[in-house]
Amino acid sequence: MARGFNRREFLIMGSVASGSVLLKACTSSPEGGSGEGAAGDPIKVGILHSLSGTMAISEKSVVDAEQLAIKEINEAGGVLGRPIEAVIEDGQSDWDVFTEKSKKLIDQDKVAVVFGCWTSASRKAVLPVFESKDHLLFYPVQYEGQECSKNIFYTGAAPNQQIEPSVDWLLEEYKDKPFFLVGSDYVFPRTANTIIKAQLEAKGGTVVGEEYIQLGSTDVTPVVAKIQQALPDGGIIYNSLNGDTNVAFFKQIQGKGMGPDKYPTMSVSIAEEEVKAIGVEYLKDHYAAWNYFQTVDTPESKKFVDAFKAEYGDDRVVNDPMEAAYIMVYLWKQAVEQAGGPDDLEKVRAATIGQEFAAPNGPVKVAPNHHISKTVRIGKIGEDGLFEIVNATDGPVEPIAWNQYVAETKGFACDWSDPAKGEKFKI
Amino acid sequence: MTALLDGLFDGISIGSVLLLAALGLAIVFGLMGVINMAHGELMMMGAYTTFVVQNLFKPLGAPWFGLYIIVALVAAFIVTAIMGLILERGVIRYLYGRPLETLLATWGVSLILQQFVRSVSWMLVIGLSLFCILFFGAMSFLSRRPNFQRIRSWALVILLPLSTGIAWNVATFIGDVYKLPVTKPWFGAQNVDVTAPGWLRGGLKLGTSQIPYTRLFILGLTIVCILGVYTFLHRSAWGLRIRAVTQNREMSACLGIPTQTVDALTFAIGSGLAGIAGCAVSFLGSVGPNTGQNYIVDTFMVVVVGGVGKLVGSIVAALAIGIANYVIGTNALGPLVASVPFLSDFFAFFANASMAKVMVFALIISFLQFKPAGMFPQKGRTVDA
Repeated sequence: MARGFNRREFLIMGSVASGSVLLKACTSSPEGGSGEGAAGDPIKVGILHSLSGTMAISEKSVVDAEQLAIKEINEAGGVLGRPIEAVIEDGQSDWDVFTEKSKKLIDQDKVAVVFGCWTSASRKAVLPVFESKDHLLFYPVQYEGQECSKNIFYTGAAPNQQIEPSVDWLLEEYKDKPFFLVGSDYVFPRTANTIIKAQLEAKGGTVVGEEYIQLGSTDVTPVVAKIQQALPDGGIIYNSLNGDTNVAFFKQIQGKGMGPDKYPTMSVSIAEEEVKAIGVEYLKDHYAAWNYFQTVDTPESKKFVDAFKAEYGDDRVVNDPMEAAYIMVYLWKQAVEQAGGPDDLEKVRAATIGQEFAAPNGPVKVAPNHHISKTVRIGKIGEDGLFEIVNATDGPVEPIAWNQYVAETKGFACDWSDPAKGEKFKI
Repeated sequence: MTALLDGLFDGISIGSVLLLAALGLAIVFGLMGVINMAHGELMMMGAYTTFVVQNLFKPLGAPWFGLYIIVALVAAFIVTAIMGLILERGVIRYLYGRPLETLLATWGVSLILQQFVRSVSWMLVIGLSLFCILFFGAMSFLSRRPNFQRIRSWALVILLPLSTGIAWNVATFIGDVYKLPVTKPWFGAQNVDVTAPGWLRGGLKLGTSQIPYTRLFILGLTIVCILGVYTFLHRSAWGLRIRAVTQNREMSACLGIPTQTVDALTFAIGSGLAGIAGCAVSFLGSVGPNTGQNYIVDTFMVVVVGGVGKLVGSIVAALAIGIANYVIGTNALGPLVASVPFLSDFFAFFANASMAKVMVFALIISFLQFKPAGMFPQKGRTVDA
């Protein structure tokens, strides 16, 4: 009896195993064939984003943008005649997994560079890995600043390229209106609000309240009630909520009759993708601050939007982090070409500083502090779910890594072009 | 006065959302003793059903579009009830009386469902259905042969890789031929937007404040659902059978009650209520693969605090938790104790959304120390069975 059972189990296991081998053979053959024809050995690059878990919503489209850039570069002849080959890893919205996968990409896959991360938590988790192995990470999302690593290039906005100009614009546009700060309860909104409070104190604005909601919570009723108590005659809601909470928040303030005429909101985490998910009817006439909107009217922007839609479908939209992810692949490519090859990371890093590119958001340039200079825009959400650009800086704004409003970092700067200055030096 | 009324309504509205979400769970957990971790994902399926129905109604134009919500409620109930039935027949039936295994199994199901809505595309559907037709079709065909038990393992060995291979290759072939139209996910990982019909936007003016119509709608829906469930359980023949099986399964079986059918029916109704809850919460938040996870912990809290198996317990617990959440979160008690510095500091400290949750959980834990079986414990000996 026991023997029969074992044999049966063995047979089932064996058949499943052989079946899967058969499947592997069937599916992997066409992929193997396509790479061989190209000239030169491919350059391996790592892509490390969350393809599952709570952050997948945002990060999947960033991977799409990175893959589009890689595809375009390969079709145009690659980097120094070598095609780029992406090794894609899933960080699973889990910071430990990000650490593991970044080690794997560097040690096992021997990638030339890693494009990745969205949340500050994931970036802070992989930062020690990249520093200890002295490797390179390109990071595409606007963030709270107060960091300047030798091993990271930040192509999203620093606070002075998104938060500070938007507060200045609000002070100008809505004179004397008090601010209420609402954010998700983690590092970015808390740091952002510290900066905003310091800035408002310096410039004569008033903050009447500050509230945080758990990431992912839809229980916004108490916070909305508090806003109503604090701002009975209306005021500005500065919103750094992330993810699903935004939806509940905007639906609730509309239901409470707090429209954008009396309670205009300025958001720093709502872009075209999020508008689609929240619903235009709840967001119409509210504001958001970014460097890039799909509606930016430049030839580069049109080309980017058309190429993206041709690749992934007409109903897809592009947004700021996707644009930053797209251009960072090009910036890295230019740096490798200037350095003469991808393998000497010291040379690639030195060559990256000063790279210029005609990006969809306008001309960008990599500054010595590893951030890039870029144009800042304020958009008003329109009927079609896209942003009407109501304000833009005349040209690119220089990035500032260490915030000049916050007391602890005031007077400091970062400069990697000069070894004596480095991460943090007194101006 | 309006401020007080406003606050009370806000608290009740949080509670009614919790209650609607917990109602299905209360039935499944309370009557059957099944810890269904996939309850949140059933809600998510209900929310996605609402999204699909809404898209079907969109081309019809203004007057008809406003009515889609009624169709969506019915559709959400039916779809999730069928999902629940499949879940009960396929998984839970084998695990009755083993709560820990049920917990793990249904948690696995919840993960599968989450990933399913992220990646479901025509290619996946074609591949999966082809596999099911080939494999289960052949197995059921073979099972009619008299010597089935003897050839069963051989049939598995041949059919499993064969049907997997055929389904896989056909799906890949279709994907290669048609590219984007079939490989594109239906919903994707991106959250989607459910548009409330015009008459659900805005709110009822009450002096200086305003009560959102969506919240009123959910409140009404909750009341209707409770009345429906109560009538069903206490006024219908099947309700009587369900209660009988809950109290004593063996004796009910002896008396000729088809316990398996009762189990399936109870689970299907509980799941259907999850679908209705999903439809309702889609008007509060957005619809995404994680929609269900936002509610699952809170709904379990409601069921546990209320007392397992008692409808009235769930009602009182949901309202209590909702009002406590509101009162602590907005520091409504602060002004009352302003003269006592320590107390007012204490309440001010807990008066934000994150800390209010901590306080509510602390209150629940200490409450359960005194009444471990909840507010309205089940009388009798069969609770732990």
